[in-house]
This record gives sequence, C-alpha cells and structure tokens, in this order.
Amino acid sequence: MASLNSEFLGIKSPNPFWLASAPPTDKEYNVRRAFQAGWGGAVWKTLGFDPHIVNVNGPRYGAVWTGDRKLLGLNNIELITDRPLQTNLDEIKIIKREFPDRALLVSLMVPCEEAPWKKILGRVEETEADGVELNFGCPHGMSERGMGSAVGQVPEYIEMVARWVKSNTRMPVLVKLTPNITDIRFPARAAKAGGGDGVSLINTVSSITGVNLDTFSPEPTIDGKGTHGGYCGPAIKPIALNMVAEIARDPETAGFPLSAIGGITTWRDAAEFIALGAGNVQICTAAMTFGFRIIHELTEGLRLWMEEKGIDAIDDFRGRAVPNVLDWQYLNLNYVTKARIDQDLCIKCGRCFAVCEDTSHQAIRINPGREFEVIDEECVACNLCVNVCPVENCITMAELQPGEIDARTGRVVEKEYSNWTQHPNNPAACAAE
Amino acid sequence: MPNSARTPGVAPGRLPRETIDGHFSDLHPEFSRHEAAIEAERCYFCYDAPCIDACPTGIDIPLFIRQIAAGSPDAAAMTIFDSNILGGMCARVCPTETLCEEACVRNDAEGKPVEIGRLQRYATDALMATGEHPYERQPPTGRRIAVVGSGPAGLACAHRLAMKGHDVVVFESRDKPGGLNEHGIAAYKTVEKFAEREIEWLTAIGGITIEFGRSLGSDLVLEDLTRTFDAVFLGVGLAGANALGIGGEDLANVESAVDFISRLRQSEDLTELPVGRDVVVVGGGMTAIDAAVQSRLLGADSATIVYRRERERMGASEYERNLAASKGVKIETNARPLEIQGGRRVRDIRFERTRTGADGIESTGETFRIDADQVFVAVGQKLAIEASLVEFERGKIKVGEAGRTCHPRIWAGGDCASEGDDLTVTAVAQGRDAAEDIHKSLA
Repeated sequence: MASLNSEFLGIKSPNPFWLASAPPTDKEYNVRRAFQAGWGGAVWKTLGFDPHIVNVNGPRYGAVWTGDRKLLGLNNIELITDRPLQTNLDEIKIIKREFPDRALLVSLMVPCEEAPWKKILGRVEETEADGVELNFGCPHGMSERGMGSAVGQVPEYIEMVARWVKSNTRMPVLVKLTPNITDIRFPARAAKAGGGDGVSLINTVSSITGVNLDTFSPEPTIDGKGTHGGYCGPAIKPIALNMVAEIARDPETAGFPLSAIGGITTWRDAAEFIALGAGNVQICTAAMTFGFRIIHELTEGLRLWMEEKGIDAIDDFRGRAVPNVLDWQYLNLNYVTKARIDQDLCIKCGRCFAVCEDTSHQAIRINPGREFEVIDEECVACNLCVNVCPVENCITMAELQPGEIDARTGRVVEKEYSNWTQHPNNPAACAAE
Repeated sequence: MPNSARTPGVAPGRLPRETIDGHFSDLHPEFSRHEAAIEAERCYFCYDAPCIDACPTGIDIPLFIRQIAAGSPDAAAMTIFDSNILGGMCARVCPTETLCEEACVRNDAEGKPVEIGRLQRYATDALMATGEHPYERQPPTGRRIAVVGSGPAGLACAHRLAMKGHDVVVFESRDKPGGLNEHGIAAYKTVEKFAEREIEWLTAIGGITIEFGRSLGSDLVLEDLTRTFDAVFLGVGLAGANALGIGGEDLANVESAVDFISRLRQSEDLTELPVGRDVVVVGGGMTAIDAAVQSRLLGADSATIVYRRERERMGASEYERNLAASKGVKIETNARPLEIQGGRRVRDIRFERTRTGADGIESTGETFRIDADQVFVAVGQKLAIEASLVEFERGKIKVGEAGRTCHPRIWAGGDCASEGDDLTVTAVAQGRDAAEDIHKSLA
C-alpha cells in the first residue's frame, strides 16, 4: 500500500496535508477538530505581540462564485490572531501534547527588528511546536504597519529577518512568501540566503471581490467602505502552480524545500503541486468551504492514485513535472496538432464554432445537421475549442506525425525538435539553418 | 352522506375541498430566485441555438437565460416579450417537451434539457409583477384595425398594432376575453386567473378596445368590417366541435370535451362541478388529455382515453401522456367507438378494435364495451364561421405569407387559419407577424 507519510524540514506527519495558517487554525477547538478528522498537520494562525490586534466587526470575507454559487475565490481582510499571545501559546502546547504525531508549526509576525523576533521565538519554543513559519505574505492591514507582505516584497528584508530568526532558534524555519510581487524567484532566493529551511507559498493575492452597485462600495463592505483583502481558493491555483514551478526550476533554489499553498481543493491539486516540487501542501479555503471532513477525499484520493501509478511514497513523485516546465523559447515548434471533434460525443451546442469564428482563426465549419468540423487549413491548434467545449474529450488535439503535411502551412511535419532559438525569424537565432 | 369516487352517475364534490384545491394547484410551481439561478447556469449559450428555431415565436432563449443568470430578470422578460407578448402564458402552456426543450443540446449531454419554460415564467412573472406595462406606443397613426377574436392570435396582433400607433377594436363573441387561454387550457396550467391578469397587463399599452358579445355571422359582417376599418385580422379559432357521427351522441352526459374544460375553467368552486364516476374521453390530442386528467382530479373513479390509432400517433406529447398516466388515466389505443349506449343517460360505449393497414384504419372485427357515466368527445374542432370574402382550405381560412388571405385587407391567424397548429405559441407568432404585415401595408 502506498504510504502518505510525510517528512518535511525533518518534521513528520502522517500525511502531507497541513492546514495553512489562517482562520481555521486560530484556536485549540478548531485545530483539535482538524486533527481528529485526520489532518496531517497545521500551521497555527499568525501570532503577534500583545496588545493583540483587533479585527473589523463587519464582514471579513468576500467571495467570487459561479452562477450556481460554487465558490471560486475567497477574499479575506481578517488580520493575525486577535487573542492574547499567552492564550494561543497555552493552546498550542495542549494540542501538540495531545497529538504528538501531527506536525504543528506556528506562524509569526512581529515588527521588523531583531529583538521582537528573538523574544517571541523563545516563547514559541516553550510550546514544543515543531517549527515556525514567518508570515511575510499577508497583503492587507498588517502590511500598512510594515509587516506581512511589506517584508515579503523586499528580498533584502526577507533575508535579514530569516537570518535573525535562524540565529535565535533551533526550530525549523519556513518562510511564507507573498505573490504580490513581479518575480517570485527573488524572495525565494532571499529566504534561502538568509538561512531559512524552506519556503511556503503562495500567501493571498491582493484583491477586491466586487463592487456593490447600489452603494458603490467595494466588497466586503464595512460601513459603506472597503479595502483590498487577500484572495485565495481555486481561482488562485494557477498563479500558485506557476510560482512554485518558478522556484523549483530556478538553479539557485532548485531542491529547496517548498510547502505549496494556493487553491488546493482536491487530492489532484495536491498531487500537481507535489509533482512541481512541493514537499507537502497547505490548505485553507477548501476547508473553509466544506469543513474538515474533506481530508478523507484528499488522503484516499492521493493514495489510490499513487497505487495506480505504482508510486510508493510522496518523495517518489515529487518534482517529476519540474523538468517539463520550460521557458517559451524552448518549446518544440515542430510539434503540430489539429483539433478533432468526436461527432459521437458532440452535443451540437456550437460554442466551438462561435469562439473560433469570432475570436480565433475561422477554423470550424458547420455542415448540414449542425455537424461541426475542423478546417485543417485554418486550424492553428490554439486549443480554445477544447477549452470551451462542455463535453470532456469531445474535442481533442491530434498530433500530426513526422512526414505528414500540415494543411495550414503546406509544410511537412519535421521529426526533429526545433525551437525559437533556432528559428530563422528570430534575429538572435543561434543555430538558424 | 357526501359523494365519493364511487357515487354513481355524474355528481359534484367527489373529493374533499382540500384535495381538489391541491389537485388544481400549479403544475409547475414558479422557480425561486435560487432555482432560477442554478437552472440558468445550465444553458450553454449555443451558437445559432436549436431552441430558438424550435420556438414558433423565435424567442432568443439563450439571451434571456443569460440575462437571468446575470441577475436581470426584467431584461430577460423584455427579450421574451419582444418576440412573444404572451410569453407568460406560453411559459405555462407550451408543450416545451416538443418545442424548445426538445431541441436543447442538454438532451444529448445528459438527457435533461434546460427548463426553458420555467425560466421563461420566472422572467415574465418578475416583470409583470411590477404591474407596469413595459411598452410605449408610437405616435398615433389614425388607422383603425378590427381584430376578430381575443384569443392568443388576436391579442398578439392587437398588441403589436397598438405598439405601432394604430387603434385596435377587438371583437369577442363571449363575455370574457382570452379565447382558449381563458376557456380551453387545463386549470392547473394557469392558476390564479393568470389568463385574465395577462390580458389586463397586455391591453394596458392603450389603443385596444374590446367589444364583447360580438361575433361574425351574428352581429358582425366581414364586408362591413373591411369598409369601416383599414384592415381586419381574423383570429376566430375553431369554435365548433366535431361530432363522432355515431348513435347515442345525443344521450345525456355526452358532450364535447372543450365545453367541459371551459365550464371547469370558469367554475368558481370546483367542489360544485359535477363529474362522472366512470369517464370516457374519445380522442387523442391535448384536449382529450386535459379532459381526462381533470376528470380524475375532480374525483372520477376512472377516466379512460380511447384513441383510434397507435399510442405514438396521438396528438398529445409523450410528456402529456405520461402526465395522464400518473394521474390514473387509462389510455386505450387502436379502438374506435361504434355506439354510445344507454337509456336517457349514457351507460356504456361499444368500441371496435382497429389496426393501421395499407388504407388507413381497419377494423379487426373484435368489439368491447367500456362503462361510462360521462363521455367527452375530443376529436377536433372546426371553423364555425362562413364568410364570402376569404377562401377556405381543408376547413380553415386559407392564408399565405404573414397570414394574408385572398382579400387585400383581411389577414387571419391562429387555429382558424390554414397554417395554424393548435398551439398558443403558434397563434401568437401568426398574430404578431400579421400585425407587422398590416402595418407595412398601411405605410
């Protein structure tokens, strides 16, 4: 049987699914329920110094839904914990003793000076927690006070604080990164340079989820006003996947331990992040949408898939997709595909035609009886028809074999790999023939 | 002792009041906002959508559903009303299972079409609930048009003409407008006097006068109308019921199904409406289904529809046939009546078994009887007017494009016209198109 046992930064947990530092991990009560349900670990909601912060007393969350109210994205303006530091520390200690086999880390956010970091680390160590996570990610509220993403947006600060932390604790240190930055590789490199043991990403994306058209105020609305919050949930998964891949394939950070966060909702999402190099995953919005019981779908789904693939352990497929992430310029330009519509599966909605005709390459024709057919002479294989088709696998991309003729270009499909760096249209081509 | 299902003969109050009230409540209750949002989300916004083609009035269905999904039911309603001013009624009575919903690509996808009819009702009800009429009339043209009949064809024609600035006089033979919408459709499809409310809302556009108790052949003469009006639209329906032409049709408790349905629709208290213990309906269309189902809902112990051909050739859709079966109606096919038997009142009917042969319906020689306290004849309706100015074709007024008759100032539409097909929605389309054509001809 495939094993889901996880060891990340030397911290063991029975599965790689941790709850991310967020509202679900704010209290002993919640974390106990999570561990009873079977979660492998949790990162306690971010602690700060007393006097503890206060939260707004109006709505904290906004959301984006599909028309049938499936939650696509959640936006949060809640700050770090709003309970006294000692209360949290006491509860952390109780939970760790009650669940010694689970990973329990503590997220921290204090002012950007060495003394406060040193002070709080000592307090956390007394709880016997397994490690700390430095919250350099939250984009709302705390960043106005010089913390959270205000640190995460300056690689020099990340490196500096990571170094302070490492020199003041024996605990493993995870550096949590903000996605609200142009190139995620720089903060990751800084975390490593500062001696951090790994990075966790992504924290939430700065966002406004909507505008109320009666009151003309942003959502969520507090007394007619609003502020940007942190966006999370399924909508941000593609952003997170890319950022994780960027770090995993950066020669300076390749192999650096990485805990993936960002819209992980099913076991499949988790497997994708692990394939892109993540050592484990952290989840919040899925739990905040469905409750802790989703852990059974996550663990059993991942285990079953691993067994089907003949994979025994998490580490055995970790990073397997990383070599396949390239810069655009290295993609094979001699790989030619054409859209193919399976007439037996087609329900004749015509969406492929509408979008190809209006917004792409006029490469689909309508035959009598609403039969939709691809015109190979026009099809550039953009994949838009595949993406808008409501029926899975009805439209697929068929690969032309070497020797076949691409009806659009009239050229014979070449067997050899050839990319932009070699293309004659590239003024800087290095191997043009 | 109160009456029961087993009380012999034709009797009222076979069921308790609460049961009858429940039986005649809305067949398809209105969508809540939540249900509408979920259902609207199912529409794929097809290109050149098949549902539009399948709608006789050509409503832009994907557009109105998208407008519902976007939270604008009023905009959705306007999309509907622009094509079909009786969109509220059509949402209730259209056999959507053979029209828009039959064409929905979701049938191929998962065997369950988008519930277009109920979404249409959601949108149209929302706008009509505001109590305001959404259209403004164009400046008065000074032209006057006579519309004969206030059924769906006449009303659609009148509204479109009024919109164009013309003045319309509608002549209605009964004392209440609506035609089959008011008199002919099963009560559970249009509850709470919807037909009446809809006409009130529709005529609020102004410029439409309805004169009651006026019909062609009695006090109206077509020649006079063509002289006193700029144009005439005939939407007189098929007011005569076909007879079976067999012995015993004159016995008591034998009548046309449309009369029964009309009486039921106009009844203020259904517990006082008498119905037979054993009801037999002869016919195979929607009217037969409506009569049989409503007999059962009133408490008839048995209701049997007898149709002369095979089940799949019945005019009633499969959905309607299944609805009848679910209400305990028995459908007997391949049988035709030979004689209605009884003393003063009907007692039973003798039928012969039929089969479809090379020359149509043939007798098998086998006969059987069905007990009947009440018999409804539903073998079609016929035109009840004679007029010299128009031509007829297979018993209906012959029309060409846009309902034009051979007379340059007379148009016709709905069931009375040769292009009619017994559907409210077709009648609406024909009334509307005739109005556009009349308007063009008056320009």
